[in-house]
Order: sequence, then C-alpha cells, then structure tokens
Amino acid sequence: MKIVVVGATSAIAEQCCRLWVAEGPTELVLIARDMAKAEKIAADLRVRGAGATVAVVKGEFLDPAAISAQVADAAATGPIDMALIAQGWLADQAACQDDLAMLREALEINALSAALFAEAFAQHFARQGRGTLGIIGSVAGDRGRKANYAYGAAKGFLARFAEGMDHRFAGTDVRIVLIKPGPTDSPMTAEIKAGGRRVAATDDVARTIVVGMARGRPVIYAPPIWRVIMLIVRHLPRFVFNRLSI
Amino acid sequence: MRPVASWGRLSAPPHDVVELGDRDRVAAQIAGRGPGIAQGMGRSYGDACLNPNGLLWRTTGLDRLIAFDAATGRLTCEAGVVLRDLQRLMLPRGWGLAVVPGTQLVTVGGAIANDVHGKNHHVLGTFGDHVRRLRLVRTDGETIECGLDLQPDWFAATIGGLGLTGLIVEAELQLQPVAGPWLEAQTLPYRGLAEFFRLSDDSEAGWHHTVSWIDCTAMDGRGGDLRGLFMRARPSATPGRPWRERRRRMPFTPPLSLVNRLSLRPFNAAYYALNRGRADTRIVHAEPFLYPLDSLLEWNRMYGPRGFYQYQSVVPREAGLDATREMLQAIAASGEGSFLAVLKTFGNRLPPGLMSFPAPGVTLALDFRNTPRAVALFERLDAIVLAAGGRLYPAKDARMPRAMFEATYPNLVRFTRFRDPGMSSGLSRRLTGR
Repeated sequence: MKIVVVGATSAIAEQCCRLWVAEGPTELVLIARDMAKAEKIAADLRVRGAGATVAVVKGEFLDPAAISAQVADAAATGPIDMALIAQGWLADQAACQDDLAMLREALEINALSAALFAEAFAQHFARQGRGTLGIIGSVAGDRGRKANYAYGAAKGFLARFAEGMDHRFAGTDVRIVLIKPGPTDSPMTAEIKAGGRRVAATDDVARTIVVGMARGRPVIYAPPIWRVIMLIVRHLPRFVFNRLSI
Repeated sequence: MRPVASWGRLSAPPHDVVELGDRDRVAAQIAGRGPGIAQGMGRSYGDACLNPNGLLWRTTGLDRLIAFDAATGRLTCEAGVVLRDLQRLMLPRGWGLAVVPGTQLVTVGGAIANDVHGKNHHVLGTFGDHVRRLRLVRTDGETIECGLDLQPDWFAATIGGLGLTGLIVEAELQLQPVAGPWLEAQTLPYRGLAEFFRLSDDSEAGWHHTVSWIDCTAMDGRGGDLRGLFMRARPSATPGRPWRERRRRMPFTPPLSLVNRLSLRPFNAAYYALNRGRADTRIVHAEPFLYPLDSLLEWNRMYGPRGFYQYQSVVPREAGLDATREMLQAIAASGEGSFLAVLKTFGNRLPPGLMSFPAPGVTLALDFRNTPRAVALFERLDAIVLAAGGRLYPAKDARMPRAMFEATYPNLVRFTRFRDPGMSSGLSRRLTGR
C-alpha cells in the first residue's frame, strides 16, 4: 500500500499514518513544510511499522507547478493507492476580520492549497484508473458561523470541490472521501480546550478516517455523532440560528 | 486556567495547562517559565502531578518513538509514550517492558519520575532498573543527558525524582525478550499473615508475578483472621483462550461513594467466595491478569464526588508481620477500606533512584474514600509505619506529614541539590516547602 500524506505534521494525519503502518507493509510519502518535525514523525513511523518505508518531502503548498511536481515525483516510484490532504490552519476569526492578509492566508492554506493538491492527485488517479483521495474538511464547513467562518468557509469550499470530484469519478474505481472531523485534540484546538470544551481523541478520529477511506465512503464525520449534530445545525431556521451563540 | 484533578479526584484546582508536542521545542517552551510540573496521564493519586494555580506541562503529545534495535531490545522514545501502546506494539515482535505497574495507562516519563514497580519486583526490580539513559530539560534551558555511566548522580536523582529535577523528554529503555502474552496463573486462597509470607517466599523463585488480594474487613480484632487470595503467574508457552479487550467506562460520578460501610463487607466476602475455588492452574492473557482495572476507564469515579485516597506503605521484612497485622486491625476496626487491597513482598534489592519508594520488605496498598474517619485512620497507620521503619509512596500520597517524609527518605538532602528551581508540584510544596 502506497500512501501520500500532504500536511503530514498535522496531528490527525500523524495518527492516521500510525494506523496505516500498523496494518501491514506500507510505503508512505510525507509532504510537509516543517521538515524537522516531519523527520521525527517519519522516524517514529519506521519504528512502529517494522518494514514500513517512509520518505519525507519538503512541501511547497501554494505553487501550482511545485505541487504538480511533488505529486509526479511521488508517483514516479510506483502507483499511489491513497492520498490524504490534511493541511489546515484554524486561524483566529477575529484576527481574520481585522487583517485581510491573515484572512487571505487562512483561505489559501485551507482551501486553495488543498484544492490544488486534490486536482493534482485526481489527474494521477484518473490516469491509473483507481485510487482513494481523502480530503480533510471540517464540520465547520457545514454551516457558516460567526465563531470561525474564515476557516469554515474554506472547509465548505472543499466540500463542494470533493462533491464535484465524486460526481466526476462516479462509476470508476477512483474514490473521493471528504472527512469532516469535529473539534479534535491537537495543537490546533489548544484554545478550545482552554475554554473547557471537550474535544475528540485524535486516535479515535484517525481510526474513523482510516476505516472510512478503506471503504471509500464519500463523506465521513469523525466522530460519527457529528453527522447528527450537523444535520440539526444545518436545518436550524435562520431566525433561531442567529439568536444562538454557537 | 482550567481545573485538573489527579487520579484520586480529591480536588480539581485550576492549572495553566501547556501541551508539549515537539521534543526539540521543550526547552524553549519551559525555559524561564516556571514554576511548573510535568504531567503525563495524571495517574498519580495525590498531588505529585499537580501544581495548583500554576503551570502544568502536559507530556502526552511527546509520544514519538525514536529508535529501536531489534538485536539488543533497546528502545529510545519520547517521555509521553504510554506503556500500553509500547507493549501492544512490541509484544508481537517478541519484546516487552521489564516492569509495568498495575495500570498500563501511564507514560514512560511518569514511570521514571515515580520509579514505579509491578508484580514482578522480586525478579526485575523497578522501572528505573531498565532505563539506560535519559534526557532532561531544565527550566534554565539546559539539557542534561544522563545514565548509569553518564552523570550517574543526575540519573539517580531523576529516577523516582517526582519530576523535580527537570522535565524528562526522552529515555532509552532496555526491553526484555518475551515469548508471548500468555501467563500460567494460580489463585490460592489463604488465611493468616504467616501463610501469606510463606506463600510469598515459596513463590519468589519459581513465579514471575506475585501479588495478594486481601479482605481488609476480616481482621477485626475480635478473633477474625486475615483472609486473602494469593495470585502468582509465570510466562507460559502454551496459549490460552483468545482475549479481546472490552473497553467499558464508569459513565458518571455517583453522588455517593459506591464503596462504603454497607457495600464493603458483602463485596469482599463475595469476591473471596467466588475466587477461593480457583486454585487450579489456568492459562490467562497477561493484560487482564496484570492490569485488571484498565478495562474499566475512569473507575476512580466510583468513590463519588469527594474522591479517594490511596495509602501505600512499605515496611521492612523483620517488622513486616507485626506491623502489617497492626495496620490491618486498625483498618478493619475503622470500617473503612476498599475492594482494592493489595499486599505484596518486595524483592531484596536496592532501588536505582535516590528517592525511589520500594525497599526490601512488604508493601500494603489500600484505597479509602475521602471521609474524616479515613483521614483520622491515616495518622494511626503513619505511626505504625514509622515505628516499623517503613515509608509511604509519594505517587499515591496526598496527605503524609512533612516530618514523616523527611524522616523516611534519608536521601532527601542529597536529592535537593539536583532539584530544578523552576519545578514545583503540590506535593513538593507540601513535603519540602517549595
């Protein structure tokens, strides 16, 4: 099994990788910006998955030519079975409202970069006629909220993007899997935790993702209870929703 | 600030929690920031892992493995790795941790800082006996590498050092070759302390794991004699029935302790009656045998909203029989106690750390729901332990008097020289003043 992970230093991606190397012989390509951290993760995965091959690639996340090249390089050593696009940045909403440069950065990393990678992998999967592409969206993308719409809108964009790709590849052996985690225990959610809110365990979320990707399910909520919660949140009438501070 | 409780749930004081996640950034994250204390899984019962109204450095994000040599069994990992994850990863490859305490849900750093022991103490000593090297980051930004042959004084101070010599960031462990997860186990009912000591002595040579459950209500001073179940096990090459983990969780905290004067006697009597007929040899999986409580998550809620204490003492062998009898009589007379009462002999060996708890002799561990009666009982037990030349286990402690700590840990003054001035816990302030 050959798996390429973009944004491999994300807590969720790292836990997914641990599960993959535990399953059996795995060839992993980790694409990351923070090389020092990625190397530590790679060393860990090599110990965990005796016999796992783990390569680390310095990622360039916004340059279309570089993204094409990174995916082509990863594919050059053999067909890719799965790809997971996991980069994300929970930008501070208030800061994004005050600072357009920050807003732009949040949209670029959460939406633009992920879409470019998704398309690059889609080209590869279309050529080889199979493959599973996992894209990490968020429950925040299901309905715009004042608390995080800069982040949420970018993740909502990914939902539409994945939906379109799923339509495009219907009837083929290419699977597009949109993953919507709820708040998960990671450095990204430090402020949520400081506020006393519960977050899901990263390894539980990762298990849901790994199982869902193996089955090729189009939309995964992790933990699954968020499917119900967001169904309700999406259907709240505006006059009710706008009175809530959620 | 958010409330953080330790395993005993006696209080949940506010803490400024900082998560550590990258071993190369720890120095930058803690330098000049103290006083604080490291916390892993928060399994110590009292205040060793708390720093009320102060900084708490959570180490569970430091959970990466660094290197493993399959020829020698040496594993280097970050300090936040949980023992259960390590065991489940390494056992299928024929290697395992030499020493694991009664729960696997503790971190490597916590196991070193409390120099934990297990049911095989008489064979393999404490966790610290199998640490080859460790890396400590101090709050002045300095990094100290130490091991048996590298700054051994720092090494001895840090093993069992309660996290007060600096923050343990990584460690190199010597794993043991393990044939498989199966144990050949026996449960022997017995009566009387003399019988307990006889069984312990008889089992030391041939049995890897020994421990005894005791009925803490039986020795009431009105002629009632101690009754207990002596459990011993050794590695088995024959596989037993497949074991599948069932993860259950104590779903809520009951308004009153489920362990109380009404439930204690009937439960203990039933437990004894159910197990006394099982003297035959069984093949069991190591996990349910060695860590029976790990399958019930958050079992500590059972003691209700006021939480509970654990009292764990060790007394030297010569005084052991009389002191243990006195303690058990005092406990039975108080009517307090719990289902979780454990008696075990430690092996005749010196621990690796300056402040390590284990010593040659016999250790008694009991949980007590938090009541004024229990707190009064502890003073009585303290007197017995002190008179017998014993001491208490800081990892379990939330209340021992400072004078008792000073009197029973003779290396305390030497240890103080190695303390990091930026490291302070509820326990260190209570027992050392800072």
